[in-house]
Amino acid sequence: MDFGTIFSSALASALGPTAIVYALAAIGLNVHFGYTGLLNFGQAGFMAVGGFGLAVCVVTYDLPFIVGILVALIAAVVLAIILGVPTLRLRADYLAIATIATAEILRLIVGAVETKDVFGGSNGLSGFASTFNGLNPYDRGIDIGIISYRRSDLWTLTVGWTLVILACLLVWLLMRSPWGRVLRSIREDEDAVRSLGKNVFAYKMQALVLGGVFGGMGGIVLALSQNNIKGSDFSTNVTFYAYTALLIGGAARVLGPVIGAMIFWFLMTGIGSFFSQATRGSDPLIPSDIMTDTQASLVRLILVGLGLMLLMIYRPQGIFGDRKELAIDAR
Amino acid sequence: MRRTTHVLVTAVLALMVLLLPATAASATEEPSPTPATPSASTPAPVDTPPPGAYVGVTLVDSSTEPPTPVPGVTLSVTSADGDEIGEGVTNDDGRAFISIPERGEYTVELDESTLPDDVAFDGSTTRTVNALLEGGNFVQFQIGVAAVEQVPFAEKFMTALVGGIKFGLIIGLAALGLSLIFGTTKLTNFSHGELITFGAIATYVMNRAFGLPVILAVVAAVVVSAAFGWLQDKFLWKPLRNKGIGIIAMMIVSIGFGIFLRFIFQFGFGGSRRSLSQYVTQKRQDYGIFSLADKEAAIIIVAVLVLTVTCIGLMKTRLGKAMRAVSDNPALSASSGLRVDGVIRSVWILGTALTGLSGALLAINSQVNFQMGFKLLLLVFAAVTLGGLGTIWGALLGSMIIGILYEVGPLFGIPSSIKEVGALVVLILILLVRPQGILGRPERIG
Repeated sequence: MDFGTIFSSALASALGPTAIVYALAAIGLNVHFGYTGLLNFGQAGFMAVGGFGLAVCVVTYDLPFIVGILVALIAAVVLAIILGVPTLRLRADYLAIATIATAEILRLIVGAVETKDVFGGSNGLSGFASTFNGLNPYDRGIDIGIISYRRSDLWTLTVGWTLVILACLLVWLLMRSPWGRVLRSIREDEDAVRSLGKNVFAYKMQALVLGGVFGGMGGIVLALSQNNIKGSDFSTNVTFYAYTALLIGGAARVLGPVIGAMIFWFLMTGIGSFFSQATRGSDPLIPSDIMTDTQASLVRLILVGLGLMLLMIYRPQGIFGDRKELAIDAR
Repeated sequence: MRRTTHVLVTAVLALMVLLLPATAASATEEPSPTPATPSASTPAPVDTPPPGAYVGVTLVDSSTEPPTPVPGVTLSVTSADGDEIGEGVTNDDGRAFISIPERGEYTVELDESTLPDDVAFDGSTTRTVNALLEGGNFVQFQIGVAAVEQVPFAEKFMTALVGGIKFGLIIGLAALGLSLIFGTTKLTNFSHGELITFGAIATYVMNRAFGLPVILAVVAAVVVSAAFGWLQDKFLWKPLRNKGIGIIAMMIVSIGFGIFLRFIFQFGFGGSRRSLSQYVTQKRQDYGIFSLADKEAAIIIVAVLVLTVTCIGLMKTRLGKAMRAVSDNPALSASSGLRVDGVIRSVWILGTALTGLSGALLAINSQVNFQMGFKLLLLVFAAVTLGGLGTIWGALLGSMIIGILYEVGPLFGIPSSIKEVGALVVLILILLVRPQGILGRPERIG
């Protein structure tokens, strides 16, 4: 058992591109769920339109990179409006079902054989990151002993964490503005806000759009970091893992989703490589009739499910959350 | 009249691309593949694989028992650029080998005119193979089953309609379970798909591990599912209700529970699809305007019976009335002297038993897989939302519509690889037009 390797791989993952993707997605969910009380279960759909918006523009239609980024962000806005119009007036669980269904529709369509010409089928699209990689100012990767990143990852990390910081700053500024206070009041008591003459629907829609754009950014970072994008990157589990990350850190806290995403990926990778090591070799720590190495890779996912349940039951405010701030629920 | 005997051909093309041994050889030897391009006009059947890389094809007529190889069929291979690479003729074992010069994408085309007169198929006669010289790839794929005679649209429609009714009844059982649980507890249960899988896996375990005949295994699986519902309520949902945890928090708990169960299933059951020991393959019987396998007919009959008995029970019995009362207004029911907790417990037992039966029937219908229920979850949601969340008849009506749409949709242009999309689009549309569902009441939607 090599705890050094486990720790360094877990740390690399907690600071790596995947954590950035989930941090951005969870920041979006924080705006939706944490501040406004909207149950968006289709964040994967926003990520998909972001990632595919970029990839389709650059690869399929041969447009410039910057156009691709713009289209990706606009696509997330459009998706939020399309989703919001029918569902924002309804009870929370209807929005949940509608968003999860939309995310699945998008995933099925972009992965289908029939749309292979545009979306690349099950292999997805690749080769859209050359402009992005061309901007890379670093001439080599980084290695500080315990963790190391390749040159391309280092560039993704720089851009990605900058985006995360900017997003957090924006959320912090917005949420202490009058606009943010209205959102939080909507979360607490929608009818009271409405009776004060506020257009609740418009505020909810703005929140849905803002959070969706953060999700779209997450999709863009995902696409750029792996230089490939395919439908199966956006399963419903992606949304649920982002929720788990958000709830670990604490909803309705500016840094909650970021810390949560880092902890989530630290644990995912750490537990994954622990069980992988424990079941490998000629004399494994866990005998193979109890657990094979295929099963070992599932333990962390089982723990995600269990963790999500226990968090929601015993500490719904997350690590940094304030129980008074977050009264998840109402109706 | 209709020809009842369709000549079915399954042409199984097994394409083998072998590695050149040269890659493993010493560095002095250039790994130069032999560009053996046979230019002869009519190549004779070859019995042994040529040296170097090649595409190997096996052609078998599986309409006969046992399947017989199809000899004397010409196959041609073209490269991605459209260059003719070579031709091959299947030998007495139905095999042909065609040399290819290098890695890349090749198209294999079957010359239909060289097929024997008694075999035919209408599927695509071409296949694309991605030949990788490194790694000794072995690719196998089916070229499709087809009939000599084109099936009339009306018959295809009827078969799809009956298939849709069967599928609708199966998801109807699960939808009724979901709707009952939603009605009494107001919980949108995202782990409901896993309860379907639970029924299917329980059937598989009873059948394969305990050796019960499939019919008894189904009964046992329903009993186990009911027990699972009772346990869930006792150790998870009731304590949460008593703790005063809100509905949205409970919904997230159900998501966590669903993820937990799904990967537990994968942990124990593995990722593959498995079949029960009986009724796996059955020939379809012709019933005039549609055809059904015996097991499909049995599934329809069982589902209709169970749904009828359940609905009559909900309408007529004391417990059924109590369930509907709690569903309508828990506080009022409690103050009228109903034991609400007891009723909710019965609903969990009944709901998971129905859902388990749905999974068991699915296992008989096709195969068992750890995420079969999860894949259906959104269709069940669509059915329940379409009919009206929390209403009994709505769940059934919605299920039938979604089931039929799912099976008939491909005949009207929905690509069959994404036939769920149609049902999910209906879900979004119904929220747009009539969010309470067809039979729902508007006050439910908040």
